[in-house]
Amino acid sequence: MSHEAVRVDPDMEYLTPGVVDLEQMFWTGLGATYTHCNQVWPNLYIGDKKTALEKPGLVEMGVTHIINAAEGTWNNVSTEMIHSLFLVNPSGDIFLEKHWKSVVSRSVCDYFLEAREKALDPEDVPPVISTPHHYLISIYRDKLFFLSVIQTEVPPLFVIEFLHRVAEMIQDYFGECSETVIKDNVVMVYELLEEMLDNGFPLATESNVLKEMIRPPTILRSVVNTLTGSSNVGDKLPTGQLSTIPWRRAGVKYTNNEAYFDVVEEIDAILDRTGTTVFAEIQGVVEACVKLSGMPDLTLSFMNPRLLDDVSFHPCVRYKRWESERVLSFIPPDGNFTLMTYHVNAQNLVAIPVYVKHSINFFESGSGGRLDLTVGPKQTMGKTVEGVLVTVHMPKTVLSVSLNATQGSYTYDNATKVLVWDIGKLNPQKLPNLRGSLSLQTGAPKPEENPSLNIDLKIQQLAISGLKVNRLDMFGEKYKPFKGVKYITKAGKFQVRM
Amino acid sequence: MSANSAFNEEKGGSSNVGEPEYGHDPASGGIFSSDYKRHDDLKEMLDSNKDSLKLEAMKRIVAMIARGKNASDLFPAVVKNVACKNIEVKKLVYVYLVRYAEEQQDLALLSISTFQRGLKDPNQLIRASALRVLSSIRVTIIVPIMMLAIKEAASDMSPYVRKTAAHAIPKLYSLDPDQKDCLIEVIEKLLADKTTLVAGSVVMAFEEVCPERIDLIHKNYRKLCNLLIDVEEWGQVVIINMLTRYARTQFLNPNMNESLLEEGGGEKAFYGSDGDDDEEEDKDEKDKKKAEAPSVVKRKPYVMDPDHRLLLRNTKPLLQSRNAAVVMAVAQLYFHLAPKAEVGVIAKALVRLMRSHSEVQYVVLQNVATMSIKRRGMFEPYLKSFYIRSTDPTQIKVLKLEVLTNLANETNISTILREFQTYIKSMDKDFVAATIQAIGRCATNIGEVRDTCLNGLVQLLSNRDELVVAESVVVIKKLLQMQPEQHSDIIKHMAKLTDNIQVPMARASILWLIGEYCEHVPKIAPDVLRKMAKTFTNEEDIVKLQIINLAAKLYLTNSKQTKLLTQYVLNLAKYDQNYDIRDRARFIRQLIVPTDKSGALSKYAKKLFLALKPAPVLESPFKDRDHFQLGSLSHLLNAKAGGYQELPDWPEAAPDPSVRNVEVPEWTKCSSREKRKEKKVEKPFYSDSEGESGPTESADSASDTASDSESGSEESGSGSESEESDQQSESGSEEDEEEEERKKKKEKIKAKKPVPESDRPCAPFHGNGYGKDIKTFPAVCLADHAIFPLPVSTNQTITPSGNLKTYELLHRITGEGLSVEYCFSRQPFSPDPHMVAVQIQFTNSAASEAKNLHIEDAKLQSGMRMKEFPEIETLPAGETVSVVMGIDFCDSTQAANFQLCTHTRKFFVSIQPPVGELMMPIFMTENEFKKEQGQLMGMNEITEKVTLGEKCHGEHAVIQRVTTAANLSRSSCSSSPVSGSQVRWEDGDQWQPCAGQCENGDRHNVGQGHPSDPHPVMIPPTLDLLPLNPVNYFLSYGLVLSPSGQSAPVPHTVPP
Repeated sequence: MSHEAVRVDPDMEYLTPGVVDLEQMFWTGLGATYTHCNQVWPNLYIGDKKTALEKPGLVEMGVTHIINAAEGTWNNVSTEMIHSLFLVNPSGDIFLEKHWKSVVSRSVCDYFLEAREKALDPEDVPPVISTPHHYLISIYRDKLFFLSVIQTEVPPLFVIEFLHRVAEMIQDYFGECSETVIKDNVVMVYELLEEMLDNGFPLATESNVLKEMIRPPTILRSVVNTLTGSSNVGDKLPTGQLSTIPWRRAGVKYTNNEAYFDVVEEIDAILDRTGTTVFAEIQGVVEACVKLSGMPDLTLSFMNPRLLDDVSFHPCVRYKRWESERVLSFIPPDGNFTLMTYHVNAQNLVAIPVYVKHSINFFESGSGGRLDLTVGPKQTMGKTVEGVLVTVHMPKTVLSVSLNATQGSYTYDNATKVLVWDIGKLNPQKLPNLRGSLSLQTGAPKPEENPSLNIDLKIQQLAISGLKVNRLDMFGEKYKPFKGVKYITKAGKFQVRM
Repeated sequence: MSANSAFNEEKGGSSNVGEPEYGHDPASGGIFSSDYKRHDDLKEMLDSNKDSLKLEAMKRIVAMIARGKNASDLFPAVVKNVACKNIEVKKLVYVYLVRYAEEQQDLALLSISTFQRGLKDPNQLIRASALRVLSSIRVTIIVPIMMLAIKEAASDMSPYVRKTAAHAIPKLYSLDPDQKDCLIEVIEKLLADKTTLVAGSVVMAFEEVCPERIDLIHKNYRKLCNLLIDVEEWGQVVIINMLTRYARTQFLNPNMNESLLEEGGGEKAFYGSDGDDDEEEDKDEKDKKKAEAPSVVKRKPYVMDPDHRLLLRNTKPLLQSRNAAVVMAVAQLYFHLAPKAEVGVIAKALVRLMRSHSEVQYVVLQNVATMSIKRRGMFEPYLKSFYIRSTDPTQIKVLKLEVLTNLANETNISTILREFQTYIKSMDKDFVAATIQAIGRCATNIGEVRDTCLNGLVQLLSNRDELVVAESVVVIKKLLQMQPEQHSDIIKHMAKLTDNIQVPMARASILWLIGEYCEHVPKIAPDVLRKMAKTFTNEEDIVKLQIINLAAKLYLTNSKQTKLLTQYVLNLAKYDQNYDIRDRARFIRQLIVPTDKSGALSKYAKKLFLALKPAPVLESPFKDRDHFQLGSLSHLLNAKAGGYQELPDWPEAAPDPSVRNVEVPEWTKCSSREKRKEKKVEKPFYSDSEGESGPTESADSASDTASDSESGSEESGSGSESEESDQQSESGSEEDEEEEERKKKKEKIKAKKPVPESDRPCAPFHGNGYGKDIKTFPAVCLADHAIFPLPVSTNQTITPSGNLKTYELLHRITGEGLSVEYCFSRQPFSPDPHMVAVQIQFTNSAASEAKNLHIEDAKLQSGMRMKEFPEIETLPAGETVSVVMGIDFCDSTQAANFQLCTHTRKFFVSIQPPVGELMMPIFMTENEFKKEQGQLMGMNEITEKVTLGEKCHGEHAVIQRVTTAANLSRSSCSSSPVSGSQVRWEDGDQWQPCAGQCENGDRHNVGQGHPSDPHPVMIPPTLDLLPLNPVNYFLSYGLVLSPSGQSAPVPHTVPP
């Protein structure tokens, strides 16, 4: 390498600077202006991406080979939020891929699959994985992994929330979100993804809008489609996006106008060994199924809105009205949607509808143990507790169980060590009981820890918090809708420590 | 249906044309005939005439793409279907194109024309989808086409198309970063858009293309804050994140003066207005403030900028969003921007997210962990929500543990420790290990429970699970390091454990402890070393190293008992397989065993080995993570992700808050009352002194308003809140007075109006009683007479603003004393309506008279015609004469060349019409105007820059500048035949008709329902911003001149 300045092209004014000059430039930052491409030695050019992409220009210069010396994300102008999406099944096969810009090789998923291997449980796979060139953000839902590839800074929740929205949309369209369903409707799923994201940025994620662009399959339509050979792409262009209410499509028509609201409350609780409540709270959700023609404007009010401590709303709810009057005022989307979720301010004074008497002992000798469970109703407000299901995660060393249930049936999965006891309805007169012996792996030490119970239950016609819907009014339309409200109490994350 | 038919209409012909063309295409033909046999069936189907077959083929192809199979060889067969009539096929073809166009650039170009046609479609959805696909095709050659399309779409009537344009901006930017400057212009334009649909997308484009141009946000700041709640969820996230950054650069740290913290805004005066309130008190203070603003700011009690408050207030409801990303965005905004006392509101919402999917929990917990270090009190009430369930995934458990540990304090530690006891029994061993670590941390942080924790941990030493024991040992070791003297019994207990514990880390820890505190256990230590020496060869490496350490320390403190043992251990180590161990052994031998050769270091051996070692600090891995913006990927990874933008530090002194002022009507109201009243007395109405001295007057008023607005903007810097309170505190009577006055003025205006403007074409600006309170900002609107057969009346004049601009035809010197100027008088040229009237003024400044002035030898472009002026017989020296000639420029801006002859000489001259001069007056109703306006395309846009100087505040001056630059004038919308045209000034995305003065029934009162107080729409809302940066006025406000039509193009105002 020469220390002197060199004139590379005799016809050109340009002098390629010598080493000293270069060093000078390097330290002072002066003397160089940016050009896309410089000939730095006879027939050797240094150029940028623009030059490299411009094939005719390259031919003109006589370039035969390009070495890419650019590395890392900083050298790219990558401007999308979500670059690619892969759907991965539990066994690690990629069965759908969608790229919103350039194609990212599926080998990028190897990092994810590696993490998947390491994790004992699919839930334990870290949602965010950093790889040398990309970031992988994934969710695990309905036994599928939705894996997105990110190149630049983006709020992780933004991506996670979007991926869940994708899963919900598939669920909404096809009734379930599973590998088979997605494979069967691969074209439609692909089109949905195309509509939901433009250049990596969410475009149409409202079900009402999407359904106008791409019609969901129905039995009737699929029959018609096979006969006529048409698909489910909307033959009309949507108008919803253009209205001021993006979540509701225009021109809704029903012969029976109905609006149903389900108030579903879930009890989250942790009870300790003695049955004392360690922690309990009530989380509620108002699910709506609104089938009303035109543009109805609904107002839903509660008898006792003060119970609600924290709320979150569907975007259709007018927040100001809630702030000032504690009523829900909204123009509903068409069909099913979650109107609001809430948290009840109960200061731990939550009525616990069931109690569990339990004992689990492992013999010192280390070959087995005994289990005795009894479930009974506690504060049920005079309603029947249904659908009681007790799940016990047994210690790893429990080989098999031999139990006797006075009501319902039990199963024990030896692989996951999960004991499930399906009781059904609780009869206060005759409490269900499950007892019997456990056998442990031979030679294994006595398990130190006791398992915990998870309980599922359902109480119809009761909102455990006492929340009551006062009335539902409709404005904006003339007809009289049929209205209905239903209350259900369920167990949420209801856990008893043994 | 209508949309469908639109598609059909448009594509009807082209698909038929496309097919035969394809057959002749050599490129595609070549591919067909060669080795690409694989998808022959698909190709056949695509070639068929049946849509159903095509559709089936496309579906199969898209399914292939979805499965990751390569379908690029079908490109030629697919691309010709881009013009297919069937919308379903078309959609799938689009999908295909977007995927493969980059690989097959040449062929992709074939489809471009389809999209270009689509861009002009009357259906907005087709325009939008055409732009979407066009901008997604990553082919460098079409960059100019994309740029053009984006520019055009950014001025589209449909917000949906504008949204698509915003989406297209980052796509183009990533394709060709050189377009940045042009794109910024488009972004600037779209930022001014007031539709919620556009807001999110354009801010996203802003963030991708030019996040550093924070200045573009100023004038849109309040609008964005106010729109926020109605923007779609994803846009909200982007906007909130951007505004967080913005606020960090523009406002002061609300926590800088915590003792004086209080709810900002309201009653307290802001800098701008405190001059009025406490002038006498702190005049000195004020002087100082000018000199050294930052230091004074620190001394002053902090008062929050109302704009800062506005942001906090308007984002708060979004904590109720169902979208976790939105909630998180607001939470981070509050964390980074809100006064400490207010940050608490986010806790509840974040705790709510804990009920969401486990991935959401994971991210939220990471952020809560960071927040809980800085603001422990915030989450304390929700302590129990972080209790761990056995069914939580391990990563969630560990994070919850982290939060619980951070929240631990003297009062709740007992509850937390009880909870931890349960966790220790968990089956999940990683989690148990983490719990033990957590207990250790609680013990170090809270002195009161240190002994309790230590005892608890010691109990764990007898746990059956080795991992638990090992982890406990490690943690105990750390705890003991803090106060070893008191706990020799624990050390003894642990020494015994060496017989049982096999976990290397635990063994190593015990050995280290014994070595370190061998003075406290003088009897046991040598014995332990003895045992270890026995098993040395079977130990793990880290244990071996600690054995060597132990040996060395004992040798130094108790060499009598341990000399031989040490020698033995060192000998074993000397032949160990591991380099490190061998090295360590050699090094230590040299250091501790004095020999002749041993160097100076051995003297210091004791100091080296038995130096007092600082106790390890057990701190959260989330400490100091808040230097990353919360909620960001970088925060989650604790490492800068590509493209991460640092959250700037608060400024020392707040930048000028007036840059965000936009609402001019508000601003007019809140400008200093005293001054205004004065002015009213002195000069109740500008037009009173109108007439004689046009230009001087206008200059006057301009400077007047300028000074006025200066003071105004200062005060309005304190923004809406203080404004409101200000106003309320004003006495009502004053208000009434003002109201009355305003009404009077309006009456005056009305009275003045019939002044025929055509009388004063040269000074129309003053012709109409233009005062501060005039709510109209009229400009002239003219229609195209090619479309409307002309009802030309000779009186019609289209007056430009100010003086008619004159152009030089012949300079005095070249003309040998004869100077000739011309101007476009905007009078109809009566001999031929297709000609433009050009007024020519001859001035003879020579000593002798000029004779026989006439035109000869016109060299005109084909189609152009010219009507010469009648010859001027004589022009005496010093005299001036004007004549009018007509030229039909054929709608072009081509020059008309001709010779100007005097009796002695001939001069070659040319007249070139500037844009906007080729026009013709026409009367039209508002509806006609709207119709015409709707037909205009954005392509016909000519922009002009108006640079307003520092002094040039005030609507008057600005209006004048603008009208001058546009070469238009204000005109009243009266029914007078002068120019009965309607005026539209664009106000955001809505066209507001001018109001107040037109009496011909076309009036719209856009205002709040006071007939006497029509909505003051005419002043674009950002005028007070203009003086600071030269703003492309026309770009922002969409005054567009559009030459179109047959002969005399006319300017229109067109919406962007």
